[in-house]
Amino acid sequence: MRLDHLAELNAARRSRKAVILITDPASGETEVLVEGQPVPAQLAEAAEKVFRSGKSGLIDIDGRPLFFNVHLPPPRIVAIGAVHITQGLARLAPVVGYDLTIIDPRTAFATPERFEGVDLVADWPEDVLKERLLDPYTAVAAVTHDPKIDDFALAEALRCGCFYVGALGSRKTHGRRVERLLESGVTQAQIDKIHAPIGLDIGASSPEEIALAILAQIVAAFRRRSLSGGAT
Amino acid sequence: MTIMLDPLVTAETWAREGRSVAIATVMETWGSAPRPAGSHLVIDGEGNFEGSVSGGCVEGAVITEALDVITSGAPKMLDFGVADETAWRVGLSCGGRIRVYVEKLN
Repeated sequence: MRLDHLAELNAARRSRKAVILITDPASGETEVLVEGQPVPAQLAEAAEKVFRSGKSGLIDIDGRPLFFNVHLPPPRIVAIGAVHITQGLARLAPVVGYDLTIIDPRTAFATPERFEGVDLVADWPEDVLKERLLDPYTAVAAVTHDPKIDDFALAEALRCGCFYVGALGSRKTHGRRVERLLESGVTQAQIDKIHAPIGLDIGASSPEEIALAILAQIVAAFRRRSLSGGAT
Repeated sequence: MTIMLDPLVTAETWAREGRSVAIATVMETWGSAPRPAGSHLVIDGEGNFEGSVSGGCVEGAVITEALDVITSGAPKMLDFGVADETAWRVGLSCGGRIRVYVEKLN
């Protein structure tokens, strides 16, 4: 592999662009395809398929087996609520390779002291998510318990096809949430995609354990997501 | 930023430090292979490595081959599997088979 091709590949990955490195095992020659940039005609069909599936493998091109190694942007988490649980999430998420953004308009909670080194935005989700768009590679976990803060983010996450949408709260709390979302025009089918109560059932008790349960549920949702898009 | 170890970033860093580097890539798998196609192990000229192409079963053999590739400059395709015990001293205890491509970073 050429070092300049490796550098181009790593640069694309750093900027959250999908990228394929093609290697011809017979000659050792490599080629880099960045999503959105022109692709040689004979590679176009295979490249599109690999970008969509996210699966690397050997593909026959004009009788030659070429290895398509695809790198999709790493999934990231947007957490609504600068609370004790998200302090735990801020420590756990980097270990499994997830970027994390925390949004909370309550400046008493969203302080740099409580979230050192974390991408923390002390503003309303309505305002933040206009600038920082959600996408299918993003998981949204709403954990403030406050409908004024959580509801918009949940509806927006469902609208944008986030691969995971989770909301903290008891079944009773979630029942009232469902009523509010229905009133605001979100469909029942969409609402059914919300993970609530949030987190895998591991009997989590402490905030850190709940953070682990949420993260594990996010990993499961990403690894088992359907390619047609949207939360599972 | 994530703190997950990234073999391809390591390979680029090592190369820019002037170290010789080989990159091993899982290109095909059959059966219950521990790491999917596209997984990387990167090796420098002194046998330092990062990443994985199996669950630790064949890394030793890949590193040995990688040192050859660094010296010769010619890429190699390696096959590992339970059926290949005559060809390779090491195999995959899980019963799967994998094909690993080893190349030098130039």
